[in-house]
Amino acid sequence: MTSMSKPFIDKHLPKNKLGLSVRNYEGVMSTLCAGCGHDSVTASLVQAFWELDLAPESAAKISGIGCSSKTTAYFMGQSHGINTVHGRMPSVATGANAANGDLNYIGISGDGDSLSIGFGQFAHAIRRNLNMLYIIENNGVYGLTKGQFSASADYGSKSKKGVANEQTPIDPCVQALTLGAGFVARAFSGDKSQLIPLIKAGLKHKGFALIDVISPCVTFNDHAGSTKSYAHTYKYYHPLVHTDFVAHADEVTGSYDKDGAMRVTMQDGGELFLRKTADDYDPRDRAQAIETLLMNKTEGEIRTGLLYLNSDLPDMQAANKLPKIPLNQVLYERLTPGKAALAKLQARYR
Amino acid sequence: MKDLVDVSGDVRVNDFVIKIGNVNGTGSASANGLLMKAIFRMGVPVVGKNLFPSNIQGLPTWYEIRLTKDGYMARSGTAEFIVAMNAETYKQDLAAVSPGGFLLYDSTWPRPDLHARADITAIGVPLARLVNAAFDNARTRVLMKNMAYVGAVAGLTGLDVEVIRGLVKEMFGTKEHLIDANMKAIGLGLDYVREHHPEPLPLHIEAMDKTAGHIMIDGNTAAALGCVYAGATFGAWYPITPSTSLMDGFKSFCEKFRVDPQTGEHNYCIIQAEDELASVGMAIGAGWNGARAFTPTSGPGISLMSEFIGFAYYGEVPLVLFDVQRAGPSTGLPTRTQQCDITLAAYASHGDTKHILLFPANPKECFEMAIQSFDIAERFQTPVFFMTDLDIGMNDWMIPELEWDESYTPDRGKVLTADEIEKLEKFYRYEDRDGDAIPYRTLPGSHPKGAYFTRGSGHNWKGGYTEDSAEYKEVLDRLTTKWKNAANAVPAPVITRCGRNARRAIISVGGCDGAVLEALDRFAENGVELDYLRVRGFPFNAEVDAFIAQYEEVFVVEQNRDGQLRSLLVNETAADKTKLIPILDYAGMAANPKFIIEGISAHLEALGDVA
Ligand SMILES: Cc1ncc(C[n+]2csc(CCOP(=O)(O)OP(=O)(O)O)c2C)c(N)n1
Ligand code: SF4
Repeated sequence: MTSMSKPFIDKHLPKNKLGLSVRNYEGVMSTLCAGCGHDSVTASLVQAFWELDLAPESAAKISGIGCSSKTTAYFMGQSHGINTVHGRMPSVATGANAANGDLNYIGISGDGDSLSIGFGQFAHAIRRNLNMLYIIENNGVYGLTKGQFSASADYGSKSKKGVANEQTPIDPCVQALTLGAGFVARAFSGDKSQLIPLIKAGLKHKGFALIDVISPCVTFNDHAGSTKSYAHTYKYYHPLVHTDFVAHADEVTGSYDKDGAMRVTMQDGGELFLRKTADDYDPRDRAQAIETLLMNKTEGEIRTGLLYLNSDLPDMQAANKLPKIPLNQVLYERLTPGKAALAKLQARYR
Repeated sequence: MKDLVDVSGDVRVNDFVIKIGNVNGTGSASANGLLMKAIFRMGVPVVGKNLFPSNIQGLPTWYEIRLTKDGYMARSGTAEFIVAMNAETYKQDLAAVSPGGFLLYDSTWPRPDLHARADITAIGVPLARLVNAAFDNARTRVLMKNMAYVGAVAGLTGLDVEVIRGLVKEMFGTKEHLIDANMKAIGLGLDYVREHHPEPLPLHIEAMDKTAGHIMIDGNTAAALGCVYAGATFGAWYPITPSTSLMDGFKSFCEKFRVDPQTGEHNYCIIQAEDELASVGMAIGAGWNGARAFTPTSGPGISLMSEFIGFAYYGEVPLVLFDVQRAGPSTGLPTRTQQCDITLAAYASHGDTKHILLFPANPKECFEMAIQSFDIAERFQTPVFFMTDLDIGMNDWMIPELEWDESYTPDRGKVLTADEIEKLEKFYRYEDRDGDAIPYRTLPGSHPKGAYFTRGSGHNWKGGYTEDSAEYKEVLDRLTTKWKNAANAVPAPVITRCGRNARRAIISVGGCDGAVLEALDRFAENGVELDYLRVRGFPFNAEVDAFIAQYEEVFVVEQNRDGQLRSLLVNETAADKTKLIPILDYAGMAANPKFIIEGISAHLEALGDVA
C-alpha cells in the first residue's frame, strides 16, 4: 500500500458482483513505515473482501493497539471500525458480535497485543468460538513502542541492537489449537497467493478463525538474527497445504478435483480446496497439527497454510441461542414484558 | 437529646427489632425470610438487614428484622429481641440486647454466661432437643431448628401462625411432605413457648394495614427488572459480591420473559466474562453496535475497567455500569456496605474524564433509575454509572408496588437510519449539528456512507485521526458541554423542608436516605430545624447549588471515610466549601440514624447552639 493518497479513479478497474472495484475496499492512507509487512496484509484483506463480493458495510473491523491494530483504518473505509484498547479487541468483538451476528467480524491484532496484555482475551474469544476472523500480524516485536521483544520472539533471536531474547516464545497457533479453535492458519505477509485464500476461508468459517501472519517489522526486526525478518521467513517457510476458496455462487472448476485435493464445504455453501504439499498432512487432525508446530521449533522451520479445520463446532451465537434477528434490531415490544406482567410478577414479592 | 429507641417497661407494638444470630450455611435465610414476610403480610412495615460474612459456611451471620410502624427504612441500630443460635457469638449477642430486651436461646445446652445480664430476659427453648426427637435426618434437623425458632418467636410476639402457614404453602407449592415437616417444626417452637411462657412479651406484633400496595424486594432484583423493562439485551459480567444477584436476576427474568417458546431463541445475551476488563469491553462492543448493554460490578471491578471507561467516554459509546458498592479497598470487606466509589466513578479513567452518575436510594428507584440510565447513556452516548450499594442491592426493602407506563419507549438517542444516512451529503461522526454537543451516530452495517472509525486516539469532529491541538481541544470541550448538559437529564434532587426557615441543612445520597429522614424527625422533636436535599444525579442539577446557597451550614451525610460526595460538591458546584460539614459513617453497616444524630449534635454542641 502506498503512503501517498491517490485520487479515486477506478474506471478501468474490474468490478465485482456488487459493481465495486478494489478501490472501494480501501481505507485511509497508511501511516506505517514504508515496507511494513502489515501493509501487505491490508492489501490482501482488500483483495479478499473484493473477491468475495462482500459489501464493505457488512464488515465490522475491530482492533487493539499497536502498529498492526492501526491497519483497520487502512482498509474498507466504508465499513465501521473500532480501534479499542491494548490487548482487548476480543472482548469488544464479543459484545459487538452478540449485538449483531450478521456482520463479518474481522479483528486485527499484533503479537504484543494478543500474546501479552491480551493473552487472556485472545484465549477466551477462542473458548467462546466467536464467529470472527482474527488476524495476528506477528512481527516478534513491539513496533509501536519501538522494538522491545514480544512474547512471540523466538528464543535466542536477536533484537536490532543485537541482544538475544532469553525467553521461550508463545506460539499463537499452538495455543489456539490447544484451546479448541476450529480454524487455525499461519501465513506470511510476503506471500499473497497463500494469504488471500486463507483470509477468504477464514471469513467464511463459522466460528473463530485465526490466521497468524508473519509480518516483518522493517524498522525494528528485519535484520540478521531475527527469526521474523523477511529474509528468514522467505528462507524457512514451508506451505503444508495449498488452500483455495471458491464462494458458494461460483462455478466450481474441475481442476481442483484432481488427486491429492481435499474439498471441504463451508457452512454457507462455499467450498474450500486444500491441496497437500506435505504428503502426510491432514488439516483435520488437531494432534498432528500441534505436533507439526512443535517440531517447527526444533527444526527452525515455519510451517504455513491451513493448519487445522473443524467447522462443526457451535459458535457463540449458537451456544447462546441468539435469535435470527440481530439483538440490536429486535423491536422493543418484543423485549418488554409489559404492564400486566409487572403487576403479576410482583405477587412473588408480597 | 432523646434516645433513639426507648426500651422502657411499656408494651411496644410493631416497633422493635428481632435479630437472629446464626451460622452461615445452616439454611437460616429461608426461616428469617419467612419471619419477615409474615410480619409484612400482617400489614406491619418491616426492614430486613442481612449481615453476612465473606464466607460460604461456618462463620457468624445475622439477620435483623425491624418492625417499624412509622415506616422508617433504616436500621435502628438496636436489638430488642435477639435469637441467639450461634454458640460462638453468644457473648456478643448477649451484650447486644437492648436493656429491657429479650434473648431467646437454645436451652438444649446450659448457658451459664446468661447470668451476666440482669437487665434482660432470657428465654430458653430446647430447640435441638425438640427437633432431634421429631426428625431423624441430620441435615433436616439443622434446617428444622431454624423453623422451630420461627414458631417460638411467633408464639412470644403474637405473630399470626396462619399467615406463616400460608407462606409455607406458597414456598413449597405441591410438596405436601415439605409443608408438613416445616409446619411441624414451627409447631414445636410454638407449642413449647405457649406452654412455658404463656405470658405475652411486651414486644408485640399486631396486624396493621400499612403494607397494602407494597412489595418487599432487594435493589439488585429491582435493577435487573429495570434492565429488562429498559429493553437491555446484552449484559456481561464477572462475578463479584454484591453485584452478582443483579445478573442472576436479569438472567431469571430473561428466561421467563425473553425466550421464544417456539424456537427456543433468546432475545438477550448474557456473557460471564473472564474478568472485568473483558466484561466492560463486551458491553462497549454491544453498545457500539446498538444493543442496550450493561455490566454490573463493584469497586474493584471499576478499577479494572477504568481504561476502557475512558475509551468509551472519549469514543462516545453508550453503556451502563451498575456499581453495587461495598467496603474497600481491594477485597476490603466484600460483604459490607459503603458509598466509597463515588469519586472513582465520577472521574473514572485517565486523562480528562467526567461521567454521569445516578444514585438510587431504594429498590423502587433502582427499577426506575435503571431504565433512566439506559435512556441517558444512549441519549448522551456515554457510559452511565448506576451507583447503588450492598445495603440497597442485597437487602429486602419495603417499597410501593412498581408501576409501568405502557407508553414508555426507549430513548435511543441520535441514531441515524439507513434512509437518513442516504439523504445526507456527508456523515461526520462527531459533528455537533444541533448545537447541543451531542453528535449523531450510525450503527455498523447500516449504510456504507455512515461508516466511521471509533478510536481512543485523538480525533477531530469529522472522526478522523488528529494530533492537532485545536481539533483535539474542540472535541474535549464539546464533551465537557455534553456532560454539563446532562445535569438537566439526570433525576432531580429530592428536597424535604422542615417547614420553617432552617439555617442549616443536610445533603445526602443513596442508601443514607432512610437514616436521614429518621434523624430529621428526631431533630424536629428536639426543636432542631434542618432541611434536606438528596442528590440523585451527577453532574449536579442547578438546584443543588441553589440549595446550598440558602444555608449557613450544610451537613454532608455519606458512608465513606473521605467525604467523597462532599469532594464532588466542592469540585463541581460553586458552594463555599467551609459550609460543607462532613458527617461520615464508614463502618460497613447499613446506615442507621445514630451517626447523623451524633455527628450533627456534636457539631451543634461545639457551637453552643443546641436546642
Ligand atoms: C495499557 C497500555 N499499555 C501499553 C501501551 C503501549 N503500547 C502500545 S503498542 C504496544 C505494543 C504493540 O505491539 P504489537 O501488538 O506487537 O504491535 P506492532 O506495533 O508490533 O504491530 C504497546 C506496549 C498501551 N498503548 N496501552
Ligand atoms: S515500526 Fe515496524 S511494525 Fe510498526 S509500522 Fe514500522 S515496520 Fe511496521
